[in-house]
Amino acid sequence: MDGRRTESRGELVRPYAVTRGRTEPQQDITLEAVLSASATAAAESRFAGHDKHRIATICEGRAQSLAEIAAYTRMPLGVTRVLVADMVAEGLLTLHTAAPTMGFVERMNLLGRVLSGLREL
Amino acid sequence: MDFANYDPARASREIISAKIVVAGGFGVGKTTLVGAISEITPLTTEAIMTAAGVGIDDPSKVPGKETTTVAMDFGRITMAQDLILYLFGTPGQTRFWFMWDEIIRGAVGAAVLVDTRRITDAFAPLDYFENRKLPYVVALNRFDGAPNYELAEVREALAIPADVPLVLTDARSRDSVKQVLVTVVEHAMSRLQAEHNRGYPTPVG
Repeated sequence: MDGRRTESRGELVRPYAVTRGRTEPQQDITLEAVLSASATAAAESRFAGHDKHRIATICEGRAQSLAEIAAYTRMPLGVTRVLVADMVAEGLLTLHTAAPTMGFVERMNLLGRVLSGLREL
Repeated sequence: MDFANYDPARASREIISAKIVVAGGFGVGKTTLVGAISEITPLTTEAIMTAAGVGIDDPSKVPGKETTTVAMDFGRITMAQDLILYLFGTPGQTRFWFMWDEIIRGAVGAAVLVDTRRITDAFAPLDYFENRKLPYVVALNRFDGAPNYELAEVREALAIPADVPLVLTDARSRDSVKQVLVTVVEHAMSRLQAEHNRGYPTPVG
């Protein structure tokens, strides 16, 4: 790594070291998909390693998107996605639903709710 | 209720999240727009790319496999206990097109922000959306001292299709930004309704 790197985090940790080199998540998680951790899961995550514990703490009792988790932990998106997918598989995080992309009624209902939500702002 | 054991994450219903994409050229005001309406100060998330595999501007400057960081800014609006809307800004540099595909995946719709002082910067983002199925609207961001074009002139200059809404906005104003987002969602609804009437539902993203 030389000075041409545009990485702004100022850390010299190889990005995927925390995932032990894995770059493919166990399941695909979109940027805006939200995750939450129960108090029990957050406590259990102490034994899952520093990074996972940090993520569980961020999501304890409040829904946070994959993008928010990546921003708060200052980890690159791809790395965060691998860790978060692992945590969902391990039962440390609950993955909530992203907006439906199929089904007329489902999509129309969601758009209607977003529209009234915006108008109420 | 026993509050000592109350666990909101477990008690809450399934939470749905939706996203609207804010696109446009570099420095057009995307982060300003997101910040005007987001309940949190816009956050930045970074994706690390291997520069060798990217459509870089000048490959000779990248001799080996090096990494480059693509940043995207985003904001959040919690609409209800079970509904969160996220606003994602696209990276400004056009060499990061591949990231746009990831950002628009599953989105409700998009707003393409245009700066009338640098109107040609809008060609690339508009081309991108013309070739995607995602519903989008075009919003002219009014900068102080910018040429005061008529909307019809801008529509013609940028060859914006007649069925794509074109609105004026001030990215610093919460009310104005709210109106842009309302237009995006209304447009997405009418597109969805039209597709449904024709009997050809198209998945988004």
